[in-house]
Amino acid sequence: MGHNHAHPEKAWQAIRTEAIESLLNEINVLTSEDVDKVVRHYEENVGPKTGARVIARAWVDPEFKTRLLADGLVACEELGIGGPETELLHVVENTPRVHNVVVCTLCSCYPWPILGLPPAWYKSSAYRSRLVREPRKVLSELGVDLPDEVEIRVWDSVSEIRYLVMPEKPDHSENLSEAEFAERITRDHMIGVARHIPQAG
Amino acid sequence: MNGIHDMGGLHGFGPVEIDPDEPVFTTEWGSRIFCMTQVIDGLGIWNLDEHRHEIELMAPEDYLTHTYYGRWLFAMEHILERRNIVRRAEVDLRAAEIASDRRQFTPVRTADRNWPLAEDAKVPWGGWRKDESVTPKFAEGQRVRVRNIHPPGHTRVTNYTRGKSGDIYRVNAQAWVFPDTRAHYQGENLQAVYTVRFDAQTLWGESQAEPNLYVYIDLSENHLEADQENQ
Repeated sequence: MGHNHAHPEKAWQAIRTEAIESLLNEINVLTSEDVDKVVRHYEENVGPKTGARVIARAWVDPEFKTRLLADGLVACEELGIGGPETELLHVVENTPRVHNVVVCTLCSCYPWPILGLPPAWYKSSAYRSRLVREPRKVLSELGVDLPDEVEIRVWDSVSEIRYLVMPEKPDHSENLSEAEFAERITRDHMIGVARHIPQAG
Repeated sequence: MNGIHDMGGLHGFGPVEIDPDEPVFTTEWGSRIFCMTQVIDGLGIWNLDEHRHEIELMAPEDYLTHTYYGRWLFAMEHILERRNIVRRAEVDLRAAEIASDRRQFTPVRTADRNWPLAEDAKVPWGGWRKDESVTPKFAEGQRVRVRNIHPPGHTRVTNYTRGKSGDIYRVNAQAWVFPDTRAHYQGENLQAVYTVRFDAQTLWGESQAEPNLYVYIDLSENHLEADQENQ
């Protein structure tokens, strides 16, 4: 199949990738500098901190929260957030009686501009196969034990619409600032595989 | 197509394992493939549905073992070959030269390939055609059934919802491209996308469904029909 195994320290996929990149440079489809810029963008500029900023703002600014729940992406644009792979964003809100959690069973659709790139587990066969069928069990294995009274809403985001979970704002947190909230909100909260927001930093 | 990629509900994949210290990219080549794809996405060579479908065409054993970015590598190679932009033989040769530490590569002939693309051959990206509008056929709260279809090509209707009834939770009334046809260059067929809410018992049966669980899934209008019996 043309896979060369004579170079044990370099995986065949690494070699083929290098070959394609070299060819695409040579025939002027792209330059490696263009690619470097995208790598830096995902390594340095976007990530879960972006989403945490959005949620924290919603917790301290009720009008922003209303706009965010009405049209997630338009509200994110107010904070200068946007980019490819999210054309419409629905923010779904956790309450004492409702827990939301997001998956894409067909590939691994994910709100890149808001959360960065998805972690390996989000793309795993285990998560994609199980989350729509037994989310209580999956969440429990991940340390989120939900009583039966709490309704679970699984969002299988197989179209071009993306989802972001707004966790519950912790009780008695009036002393926390927007920045302190943002520090406590993780990627896992915004996908929905974590629920509790710690009070201490 | 009924492929291994359509994973909702399958058994046998074990626990979900979270690595809290995972870097953004776990391999250098994975970062190159992903980011090259990002650059190419903007060049009009392929559309996103075609790219997803190419991944679905992998042999199931490869799909499960080549890792996530390995699937993207597969899609890139195969689409570039089909578009006559980079040939497989060229990749094979260049890869062999890299593997044997050749300093100088055999140059490729720049002519005789479909690059640069003619303006009218460029493929538009994106799923939402903002300059168009559609009239949704279904309304919020309406009972619908997912059509029991098993198309052999690309589709975004998941196996676990086919033939099942649910309620329209939200009408996304924007003009969305229909992936099932665009993937095959059979037209964009703009239509509404509906967030449909399913009771877990409808999907998984009374004995296996978890309590108090609802699954919401976004489906194109063409994937749905009015559920006359259960209005």
